[in-house]
Amino acid sequence: MIEIQELRKAFNEHPVLDGVNLTIKTGETMVIIGRSGCGKSVLLKHLIGLIAPDAGRILIDGTDITALAGPALDKMRLKFGMLFQGAALFDSMTVEENVSFALHEHTTASEAEINQRVEECLQAVGLERVEAMYPAELSGGMRKRVGLARSIAMHPEIILYDEPTTGIDPITGDSINNLIIELRDRLKVTSVVVTHDMKSAYKVADRIAMLYNGNIIQVGTPEEIRGSASATVQQFITGQADGPIQQGLPARRALSRWFRPRRRGGI
Amino acid sequence: MCLLWVRTLSGVFAPPFRSANLVYELWKIGVQSWFIVFLTSLFIGMVLTFQSAYQMQKLAAEIYIASLVSLSVVREIGPIMTALIVAGRMGSAIAAELGTMKVTEQIDALQALATDPVRYLVVPRFLALLIALPVLTLLADAVGILGGFLVGTLRLDIMPSLYWKMTTFPLLMKDLNTGLLKSVIFGMIICIVSCYEGFRTEGGAEGVGRATTRAVVSSFILIIAADCLFTALFYFVLR
Repeated sequence: MIEIQELRKAFNEHPVLDGVNLTIKTGETMVIIGRSGCGKSVLLKHLIGLIAPDAGRILIDGTDITALAGPALDKMRLKFGMLFQGAALFDSMTVEENVSFALHEHTTASEAEINQRVEECLQAVGLERVEAMYPAELSGGMRKRVGLARSIAMHPEIILYDEPTTGIDPITGDSINNLIIELRDRLKVTSVVVTHDMKSAYKVADRIAMLYNGNIIQVGTPEEIRGSASATVQQFITGQADGPIQQGLPARRALSRWFRPRRRGGI
Repeated sequence: MCLLWVRTLSGVFAPPFRSANLVYELWKIGVQSWFIVFLTSLFIGMVLTFQSAYQMQKLAAEIYIASLVSLSVVREIGPIMTALIVAGRMGSAIAAELGTMKVTEQIDALQALATDPVRYLVVPRFLALLIALPVLTLLADAVGILGGFLVGTLRLDIMPSLYWKMTTFPLLMKDLNTGLLKSVIFGMIICIVSCYEGFRTEGGAEGVGRATTRAVVSSFILIIAADCLFTALFYFVLR
C-alpha cells in the first residue's frame, strides 16, 4: 500500500504540491489526472524518491521512502518499475542492454538467465527481434514498450507510468493501455498512472484522483468521476475551455513573461 | 561541485567496479585524443623553437634553445596544452552527454533502476581522465621535444647529438613529476567541472549548449589557475 501524507513541494517558492493526501491500495491501478504542469509527474517522482519533498511522508508498505537514502533507498527502488514520459531509454545502449540493465547491476544471474528474462519481458510487451536495435532506431510506441519491458525486468511490486500514451498515435496508445491492464492482471502489481488522456484513464483505472492547485480534489472510480458534482472535475474530464479552471496565465503576467529579456548564456 | 568531488572520490574505492565502462572511457578519452595531442604538441614544439631561436640568435646563445624548449615543454606546455585539448574535446562531450541524459530523464531512469549516477557515470570518466591525461602528457612532452629537435637540427643547423645533450642536461625528475602531477589535477578538474555542468543542465537543447559552454570555459579557467598555483608551489614555495 502507498500512503501519501500531507506532501508539500515548492519550486522557486511556487507551491506545486500543497499538502497532498492519497492512499493507493495494493494491486489497484490509480490514475492521477490533472492539467499539464499541475504537478502530476512531480508527485510520481516523489513516490520513487527521485524528488525530495519539502514536507510530508510517503509510506510504501509502512516504510517512509522520504526518510531513506543511499543503499536503503536503492533497495526500496527495486520494488518499483517506472515508465518515463519519453521512455528515457539509455541511448548509448541496445534494447537488450536497456532491458537487462538492472539485472546486470543488481542480480548475480548468469548471461543465459538474463537473456531469457530479457526475451520474456520483450514478449510481455509484444516485441520480438529488437534486442540488437538502438533506441534511435525505434518508433515512439516501441520505445515506450521497451521502457515498459525494462521496468518489469526486476519483477516490481509497483509500476509507475508517467504519461504512458502521450506523444504516440491513438492506436498505439490503446495498445499501451491494454498492456497496463494485462501487466496488472498477470503480475498483480500496484500501478500508478499519471495522464491527462481521459480515454486512457477510464480504460485502465480502478480509481481516479484529480490533482488541482496542488491538492487532490476528488478520488473515485471512473463512474464516480464521470458523475462528479465538482465543476472543476467536470470541466477537466469533458475538456471544456470555460469553467473554474483558468486558461493559462492572466493576460498581464502572460505578456510580461512573453517580453521578459532572455537569460544570458555562457560565462 | 565540492560534494560531487567527494562523492566521486568515495565512489572510486567502493564496489562495484565497472571495468568495462572504464575501458570504454579510456578508449574515448585516451586513444581517440592521441592524434590531436600529437599534432598540436609537434607544432607547438616547432613554434617554440623558432621563437626561441629568433631571440637567442641575437645573443649568440642558440645552444640553449634545446634546454629552453625541453624545460618549457616538460614543466608547462606539455601538461597544460594536453589538459586544454582534452578539456575542449572531452569536457564538452562529457557535459553534452550528461546534459542530454539529464533533460531526457535518463539520469532519473538510472536512479529509478537503483543505480547511483555518480558511481555509474562520473567514476569511470574520473578514473579514465586520471589515467589518460598523464599518458597523453608524456606523449605531448616527447613530441614537443621532437618538434624542437626537428627545427633545431634541420633548420637551425644544431648538431643532433649536441641538441639532444642540451635537451636532457637541464631536465630533472622533478620537472617530469611535477608536470605529471599537474596533469592528474587537471584531469580531476575536467571531469568534475564537466560532470557537474552536465548534471545541472536544464531546458532542452539550449540548456545542453549552455552547459557545454560553461563546462569548457570553467575548465579552462580552473586549469590555468591551478597551473599558476602549482607552478608557484613547486618552484617557489617547495624549492
